[in-house]
Amino acid sequence: MRKLFLPLAAVAAAMFAYAPVGIAKVPYESTMLLVQKIFYFHFATWMAVTASVLVCGVASAIYLFKGTAAADHYAVASAELTTVFCTFGLVSGSLWGRKAWGVWWQWDARLTMAFMLEMVFLGYLLVRKYGGPGAEKLAAAMGIFGAATAPFIYKSVDWWRTVHPQTTVMKTLGDKFPAAWNLVWFCSAAFLVLFVVLLAARVQLEQLRAELDRAYLAAEE
Amino acid sequence: MVRRIEVTVAAVMTAVFTSAATIAAQAQPAQEGFVPATGPISEQIPAAPLVVAAYAFFLLLMVFYLWTIWRRIGKVEADMRALERRQGASAGGQSR
Repeated sequence: MRKLFLPLAAVAAAMFAYAPVGIAKVPYESTMLLVQKIFYFHFATWMAVTASVLVCGVASAIYLFKGTAAADHYAVASAELTTVFCTFGLVSGSLWGRKAWGVWWQWDARLTMAFMLEMVFLGYLLVRKYGGPGAEKLAAAMGIFGAATAPFIYKSVDWWRTVHPQTTVMKTLGDKFPAAWNLVWFCSAAFLVLFVVLLAARVQLEQLRAELDRAYLAAEE
Repeated sequence: MVRRIEVTVAAVMTAVFTSAATIAAQAQPAQEGFVPATGPISEQIPAAPLVVAAYAFFLLLMVFYLWTIWRRIGKVEADMRALERRQGASAGGQSR
């Protein structure tokens, strides 16, 4: 991972340098016009949230059942990244909703469940920070349950019809608006590369902390 | 008695139709899919501040988050150096 860090960081920087150019060039959508351009980063950040939630769930399960320290490092790193990307997803959605729906926030199923996801992972981080001895195991259980909510959040717009567009938007986008289709997947790829870079940096921090704890224990002995 | 029944029926019918109209209004489906715009473009509420705010927030969030990671790594490394110095000093003191 450390060998790939710099090349991946360079790829992420190049992709994020091109993304605004692509977003500026892509034509307006017919009904929402300019504000729809939030979509390219809004969708992409939820792809990054999906990846981070998945990593957190799998790593938490490995740590809970096998006790692997490295898995715990990945779990806490991806939980923190979930809150970061989820924050941007909620804020960008709110800004888009202000124009598209006329309100900053709507307590519909998708938005409420996404907000709850943010709360679960903020809870995870609070348990890690203030939970004391054994908090890692408790947080791992929270990570697994947090990850289990992801499919429900994805399908919520199909099960409970409210103001948020359904998942069919992405299924028809390629045929109706190919330029937007290509760009949204480019931005999603950029966010996923950024997620990997940030995850690597954050895991390194956890490894250093573990190393420091071992050094303190060795010094006491 | 008949008058009372008429009033009750009218009240029930009003409640049913009002509820049905409310449910119908809520059940309006959202637009399905994106369609590229053609022809002249005009907007009633300016969207530019919202779009700029979204992308600026992302930039600031990423800069802030990278700074926090960098600061935390720096703090752990400083603690490690301090521990090494303490260990070195105590080992030096014991050898004398």
